[in-house]
Amino acid sequence: MKIITAIIKPFKLDEVREAMTEIGAHGMTATEVKGYGRQKGHAEIYRGAEYIVSFLPKIKIEVALPDALVDRALEAIRLAAYTGHIGDGKIFVSPLERAMRIRTGETDSDAL
Amino acid sequence: MHNSFARVSSEDFLILRSPQRGRLEGRGNPPAPYLSPSRFETRLSGAPQHEGGALRRMILGAAAALVTLIISHPALAQEGAMKIDAADTAFMIAATALVLMMTLPGLALFYSGMVRKKNVLATMAQSLIATALVSLLWIGVAYSLAFSGDGAVIGDASRALLAGIGLDTVSPFAKTIPEILFMIYQMTFAVITCALVAGSVAERMKFSAFMLFCALWLFIVYVPSTHWVWGGGFLQKMGLLDFAGGTVVHINAGVAGLVCALVLGNRVGFGRENLSPFDLSLAVVGTGLLWVGWFGFNGGSALAANSRAVFAIVATHLAACAGALVWSGLEWLQRGKPSVLGVISGAVAGLGTITPASGYIMPWHGVVIGLIAGGVCYWFCTVAKHKFRYDDTLDVFGVHGVGGIMGTLFAGVFATRAITASGNDPGVAGLLEGDPHQLLVQAIGVLVTIVWCVIGTLATLKIVSRITTLRVNSDDEREGLDIALHGEALHQ
Repeated sequence: MKIITAIIKPFKLDEVREAMTEIGAHGMTATEVKGYGRQKGHAEIYRGAEYIVSFLPKIKIEVALPDALVDRALEAIRLAAYTGHIGDGKIFVSPLERAMRIRTGETDSDAL
Repeated sequence: MHNSFARVSSEDFLILRSPQRGRLEGRGNPPAPYLSPSRFETRLSGAPQHEGGALRRMILGAAAALVTLIISHPALAQEGAMKIDAADTAFMIAATALVLMMTLPGLALFYSGMVRKKNVLATMAQSLIATALVSLLWIGVAYSLAFSGDGAVIGDASRALLAGIGLDTVSPFAKTIPEILFMIYQMTFAVITCALVAGSVAERMKFSAFMLFCALWLFIVYVPSTHWVWGGGFLQKMGLLDFAGGTVVHINAGVAGLVCALVLGNRVGFGRENLSPFDLSLAVVGTGLLWVGWFGFNGGSALAANSRAVFAIVATHLAACAGALVWSGLEWLQRGKPSVLGVISGAVAGLGTITPASGYIMPWHGVVIGLIAGGVCYWFCTVAKHKFRYDDTLDVFGVHGVGGIMGTLFAGVFATRAITASGNDPGVAGLLEGDPHQLLVQAIGVLVTIVWCVIGTLATLKIVSRITTLRVNSDDEREGLDIALHGEALHQ
């Protein structure tokens, strides 16, 4: 099992969700986050007081998947979240040791 | 002959019954020129007229003149002036509500939209408590000290706790509306002036200290200043033109704000951390309420439902529009983007600056004043303030102080005889009409107001600091005043 963590542009969330449903991934957690990468930040000016805002709003999604789906999921997220402009985000994949569905007590792949 | 008859119209006695604020009745002697004599002159000097028509006009003119002469006879005028007028009263009730709306919720929203999220409620609390506290003190004794008696420096206590005010009582300053209405209208000015000061020390002044400050500053600075300018004091006797509060409201609030900001010191993190506004949309709503409310503030300062009120309202609106365009336009040129904060700041700068001149000038003067206000206040808030590195949090001095000073001087520049004349007062000509004298009077008024406000505000802060500390400690400031002072917070 793997957990995919992706940082995407906020307005791309719905497209990513649809793409993940199409490949058969059921369930996703989305969080509003702030961060910076190559896009860096922007300047805000209030009556001449200039503030550099280096943390931009992004959405972080987390999806737990069986190993077999990971490659397709990577491609699906990339295509759905793509705009071609700087700041499109990043996808991380990490190993997932165990999982359990709280309602039934099913474990690991059955719980995904 | 024709002209002198034609100039005397029924409007003369309308104006006669409604002495505008800031000037004394009967200061001048010769009969007042009609508001716009040109209307009659063009008609009379135009194409050859039919004999009968001219005769009829002459008879009508003579009749009108006679009526006016009778009405403007001192004894009769006095009697007429004592009569409470329903239209004036209705208008002033509405104006009173509009001005209170400027503080609640206008100023509360305008200010709290510009602070950080952790201080939104505390900033609203300052406008709320200023309203509650100042209103009660006003009725207690402040109104009496400002508007009764004939002292040059301060009034007397004859109207303390509204003593002597009955259904039929009128104030000598507004003879066609009930005195109780004049009292509460003036109350709304005292309220907003105290509430305005809070903006300069937002996000750091202690609530208890602010309450004490309001209570003392009202009597040390606001009440004497009001008496000097509007209540028969020495500045009014000197002929200072301040239609709706350039000195009394805006210079006082602005200068007191600057003094408070300097005495309390900068906010923690000022110049280093991001102190950007929580929600400018609140400030936009607040500006809308202030803008509309200003029609009651400046229009109502005519103290009657008359042409002067409407002239003031038109000039006020034009100044707000011009100020908004200039401030945001300059930003657009300098920074590449016109900010929403720039639009609303420019509008308020225009509104504040036009205030003292609004009832004495032609509408187009409002545009000029608004343009200058937008430019100068923009420069002051975005360049000068940052050069001096003082933390006037919401630019009370940069907008109201600078605007009030400019506007009071502009009243001496743009004052137009045709507009300032009323009753048997010949009116005042400003610099633009060739008379520099009024500008000198205005400069003295500005200077006196600033000097007393600095002294009075320093004294007030000194007294308050003897009783409690002026600002919260740095831990509370970091945590936010909402939690630290009020035990509440905005969620989400």
